[in-house]
Amino acid sequence: MTGPSFVTAEGVHRVLPGPVPVTLVREIALSIGAGEFVVVTGPSGSGKSSLLYLLGLLDRPTQGEILIEGRPTRALSRDAAAALRLASIGFVFQFHFLLPEFSALENVTLPMRRLGTLERAAMETRARDLLATLEMADYADRRPDQLSGGQRQRVAIARALANAPKLVLADEPTGNLDSRNAEQVFTILAGLANAGHAVVAVTHNLDLAAMASRQITLLDGRIVEDVRTQ
Amino acid sequence: MPLTLEIALTHIRERLRQTVLSVLGVTTGVGFAVAMAALMQGSQEDFIRRIIDATPHITVRDDFRAVPWQPADAVYGTSAVGLSSVKPKEELRGIRNPQPKLALLAALPGVAVAPTLRGPVVLRFGGRDVAVSLLGIEPKAEVRVSKLAHDIREGSLNDLYTTANGIIIGSGLARKLGAGLGDSVSLSSSAGTIRLAKVVAIVHSGVVAIDDATAYARLKVVQVLLDRPNVINEIRLRLDDVNGARALAQRIERRLGYRTESWEEINENVLEVFQIRNIIIYTVVGGILVVAAFGIFNIVSTIVFEKTRDIAILKSLGFTEADVRAIFVSEGFLIGSFGTLLGWGLGYALCRLLGSIEIKVRTFAEQTGLPVTYDWRHYAIAAACALTAAGLAGYLPARRAGRLDPVAIIRGAA
Repeated sequence: MTGPSFVTAEGVHRVLPGPVPVTLVREIALSIGAGEFVVVTGPSGSGKSSLLYLLGLLDRPTQGEILIEGRPTRALSRDAAAALRLASIGFVFQFHFLLPEFSALENVTLPMRRLGTLERAAMETRARDLLATLEMADYADRRPDQLSGGQRQRVAIARALANAPKLVLADEPTGNLDSRNAEQVFTILAGLANAGHAVVAVTHNLDLAAMASRQITLLDGRIVEDVRTQ
Repeated sequence: MPLTLEIALTHIRERLRQTVLSVLGVTTGVGFAVAMAALMQGSQEDFIRRIIDATPHITVRDDFRAVPWQPADAVYGTSAVGLSSVKPKEELRGIRNPQPKLALLAALPGVAVAPTLRGPVVLRFGGRDVAVSLLGIEPKAEVRVSKLAHDIREGSLNDLYTTANGIIIGSGLARKLGAGLGDSVSLSSSAGTIRLAKVVAIVHSGVVAIDDATAYARLKVVQVLLDRPNVINEIRLRLDDVNGARALAQRIERRLGYRTESWEEINENVLEVFQIRNIIIYTVVGGILVVAAFGIFNIVSTIVFEKTRDIAILKSLGFTEADVRAIFVSEGFLIGSFGTLLGWGLGYALCRLLGSIEIKVRTFAEQTGLPVTYDWRHYAIAAACALTAAGLAGYLPARRAGRLDPVAIIRGAA
């Protein structure tokens, strides 16, 4: 099931300036719609994470344009990009990056509190629901250091989903997990796509990649393969 | 509670020991700033109060501020001509024709006036000679311009009227001479006159210069003793509004021509010393606050360094640079605020302690303790300084935190 395009890259290049400029990605052109589960694969240094940061407006292309729901983002201020990210994009990283001083529940409510569209009680209810969906309801009041690696990553996914983003970007979310937890995380991501989110995940694991509806392969920053598998 | 403030609180709570040390730095700065300000203002106000109580607010003297005009001025004007061995005309010193002047000054609103003849005499008692300044006064007028009647410890001011050649002496002078109430002392003037006078009262003003070296007698008695009949050399004024003394003194001098000094002008040197002392003290206290600010800078910088990953993730979630800055500036302000609150307590406690210490000092004025002024402005100024320093100390690392590139941090972490 794929819907209208949420994020589109048009001729995107990203070059890191310096004495020896480094090209991270080049000539990227793709479009990802709601309900798509896209896996980005490729060897180390091929530009997978860089592409994800560009799609999530954490980084800006040197050339080309990223469009979110058809709107160009190149001219957006940093604050405007942050606001768009807060409301519409969720990130999951290889490391969970949960705030260690806050409980799982508080970590999940953070983006909602920053967005400020819900009442405090409604935020807590939504956070508990998200944690319950990810089978983390019993761990809501635990701090990250009281959770296992897989549990932390599930809390991080719940946090990424806090503001009901249309696009979920996962940068090697299973990189630090055992195979059972990794499979669980990918099952969750696939479930998100089925629920209508556009999901883009970077992975080296080809077995997990097979769970996606579309597989993009990068080499030296260029898309060399873009295959719809389902 | 705002989210940024909540995050800031958790950060500083996690580093309790460092936070406590930084808070204590601010506490010390604010506490001592408040105590020093209270002490400085207290001693300054105490000094001024004593001056205002014990001395006239304005004194008109038989003296001129400008150099007397010379006949040669009329011939040569401003030409560069030197005249040597000019002998000034010998004139009898004193304020001429005082009655109209006294009447003029007495007619001013909020002004009390008393004539005085002041001169040096030697007081002898029991083989001891002490040089004093003898003031010839009219007791009825004197009560309106000074607290002489109030400061009398033994005897009465009115006894000057009932006792022929009565004299009032300062308590320090009485102690030096070993003289007491009812004793007869010998007065010798530079005019060669010697009189016996009876001590009718002993005065204690608390101002050492007055108590140790001043005596009072009736104006007529002093005029005879100094061989200056019907002459006065000072007109002393007391004002309802002491703050208007300088301006009024200038007006009177312009009108009468005689040197007219306000209490501020007479004590200008001492007041300048106060200013210098205040600058020194506030510089030291400011130094303490700067050191405290470095402590805050240190802890906030450390937190920023330790929290780079958190900063990156907050930005990836959609927090803006301003949000991140607000977190770390809040940390500076929180430490500054806790320190300020404790510092107010410390400052107040120090004020109470300093105010309770008994110290007997005889400098310009006799003191039995440290004068302390309690003023809310001291607390407000110390808080403003501390919070400004804390805000700046938090802002510098906060600005750095706000500018951190989340991609670079996430790449580094990965």
